[in-house]
Amino acid sequence: MSRLKVKKTYKLYIGGKFPRSESGRTHALLDKKGDVIANIAKASKKDLRNTVVATRKAQAGWQGASPHLKGQILYRLAEMLEGRKAQFISVLKESGMSEKSAIKEVEKSVDALVYYAGWSDKFQAIYSSVNPVSSPHYNFSAPVPTGIVGVVLDDKAGLYGIVSQMAPVIVGGNSTLLVVPSKWATVAMELAEVIHTSDVPGGVVNVLTGELPDMVPTLSGHMDVNAVAVCSSDNELRKSVRELGAENVKRVVFRDNSKGNLSPYPIMDFQEIKTTWHPVG
Amino acid sequence: MAYPNLKDIAPIDEVGVKERAARYQKRSLKGETKLSALKLAVTMLDITTLEGKDSPGKVKQMCRKAMCPITSDPSIGPAAAVCVYPSLVKVAKTAVGDSGVQVASVATAFPSGQSRMRERLTEIKYAVAEGADEIDMVISRGKFLTGNYRGIYDEVAKCKEACGDAHLKVIIETGELETLDNIRIASELSMAAGADFIKTSTGKISPASTLPFTLVMLQSILDYYERTGIMVGMKPAGGIADAKLALQYLVMVKEMLGKKWLTNKWFRFGASSLTNDLLMQLEKQRTGLYQGGDYFSKD
Repeated sequence: MSRLKVKKTYKLYIGGKFPRSESGRTHALLDKKGDVIANIAKASKKDLRNTVVATRKAQAGWQGASPHLKGQILYRLAEMLEGRKAQFISVLKESGMSEKSAIKEVEKSVDALVYYAGWSDKFQAIYSSVNPVSSPHYNFSAPVPTGIVGVVLDDKAGLYGIVSQMAPVIVGGNSTLLVVPSKWATVAMELAEVIHTSDVPGGVVNVLTGELPDMVPTLSGHMDVNAVAVCSSDNELRKSVRELGAENVKRVVFRDNSKGNLSPYPIMDFQEIKTTWHPVG
Repeated sequence: MAYPNLKDIAPIDEVGVKERAARYQKRSLKGETKLSALKLAVTMLDITTLEGKDSPGKVKQMCRKAMCPITSDPSIGPAAAVCVYPSLVKVAKTAVGDSGVQVASVATAFPSGQSRMRERLTEIKYAVAEGADEIDMVISRGKFLTGNYRGIYDEVAKCKEACGDAHLKVIIETGELETLDNIRIASELSMAAGADFIKTSTGKISPASTLPFTLVMLQSILDYYERTGIMVGMKPAGGIADAKLALQYLVMVKEMLGKKWLTNKWFRFGASSLTNDLLMQLEKQRTGLYQGGDYFSKD
C-alpha cells in the first residue's frame, strides 16, 4: 500500500512563534507545471501590525546584547543552515531553481552569514571617530542601531536574497520584519525554522509571506517602524513607500534587487551615529 | 446600611462565569462605534502612578495628561481622575485646578492594608485634608480569609465615615481572595458598608483585574441595585494594558448593567499604560496609520 505524503503547513513567523495568518487566508503556490507545491499563508495588514508589536518587544534586548553574542548567534545560523543544506536545495528546486544553482545559492547564503557574523564586533570601530573639538571635551561618535527595520524582498530574492538582506540588519542590533513575496514563501519559512533554532531571540527576526500590496503600505506608514529597505526598482512602489515613510521620517533605503553585496556598508544603512561629549580636565 | 445576609448568596459556577466572560472577548467593535467607545474609555481613566519613585514633577505631568490627553484633538478626554499616594495629593490637586479632573488617593496602608486601624483612618483623613476627592482603600485580606467578615464590614464602614464627602472606592484585591465566591462576598460586604465604588485590585498583585473577576463584581452590583435601588460604581484596575481589552470591559458593563453605568461616574479604569494604547488607537482612527510609542508622552 502506498503511503500518503505528510506535507508541511507553511505559516508565518512572528515573535518567535509560527502562527497562521489572523485572516485565515492561504494561497496555493504552484510550480512551473502548475502543480501545487504548498498552501502558504497570506499575511494581512493586521498580521503586520501584530508583528511590529512583537518586534518592538524584542528590540531593546537585542540592541543591548553584546556584539560578541550577536556574532555567535549569526554564526550559529550559518551552522544550522549548513546542516539543513539538502532540505534547502530541494525546496529551492521546487521553487524553480536548477540543482546546480540551488547548491550555489545555499552555499553563498551560509557564507554570507559567516561574513556578517565576523563584522558583529568590528564595524563599530571602523565607523566610529574621535572628533577634535575646541573645548575641554573628549568627543566621540559611534554607530547605534536604528530600531525596527522592515525589509521588502522581491520576486528574485531566493534564499541568498533573504539572507543577504537580513544579516546586515540584525548584526547591527536592529530587529526586522521580512516581507517576502509568495514565490519565496516556502524558502523563507524554512529559513524561519533555522532562525528559530539558532538562539535568535523571538521577535528579532519575523517573516511574513503573501502579497506585497497587502503589507507594504501598512509597513511604510507604521509610526513604530524606524526604517524600511525596499528591494525593488518599481518606481510606483518606491514613491508610495517614500510618501508614507515621510510620516515619521523613516529611514528609507532602496535596493535594485534583493541580492546583497557582501560589504559592511549595508550594516551602516541601518545605523545612526551617536555623538557623546565627555568633559575632561 | 445593614450587615448583609451572606447566607443568601448563591455559590458561583466558575466554569459558567469563565465561559460568559470569554464571550465578551469575541465581540468586534468597528468604525464609528469603536471610535466612540475609545473616546468614552479615555474619559473613564483613573490615570495612576503608585511607585516609590513618584515625584511632584511626574505627578504634575500626569495631571496635564489627564486634563488634555492628546494635544492634536482637544475633544478627547479629559480623564476622570488621577490616582496618587497621599503625600502627592496636594501637588495633584493644585495641578488639576478646577478642570473637573478628580484627585484620587490610595490610603489605609496601601497596598497590603497591614497596619493598625487608627493609622489607616488617619491616612484617609490626611488625604482628604490635602484635597483628595476620592479615596481608594484596601480591605484586610488576611482578616477576610480567616472568615472575619464582620471585621471587614466594620473596617469599610469606618473608612467611609473618615472619608466625609470624599467618594470611597474599596479595593478587594481579587488576586488574593482565592475564589470567585470570596470575591462575591467581599463585594457584598463593601457595598453594604457604604462603598461608592468597588475596585478589583491594587495593581501590585498578579492576577490583577480579569474579565471573570469583574463579571462577578458587576453581578454583585446589579443584584445590590435591584435589592436596594442604590447604584455602586465599578473600577477594574491592573492588567488592563490595551485598548482592545478595555473595550471588552465596556461591552460587558453595557450588557450587564446597562447604559446607565457607562459614564465615568459609575465606571472607571485604573490604569497607567492603557492611556497611551487608547490614544494610539484614536490616532490610528484619525490618521489611518498605526502608531508608535515614541510619539506619546510616557507619563
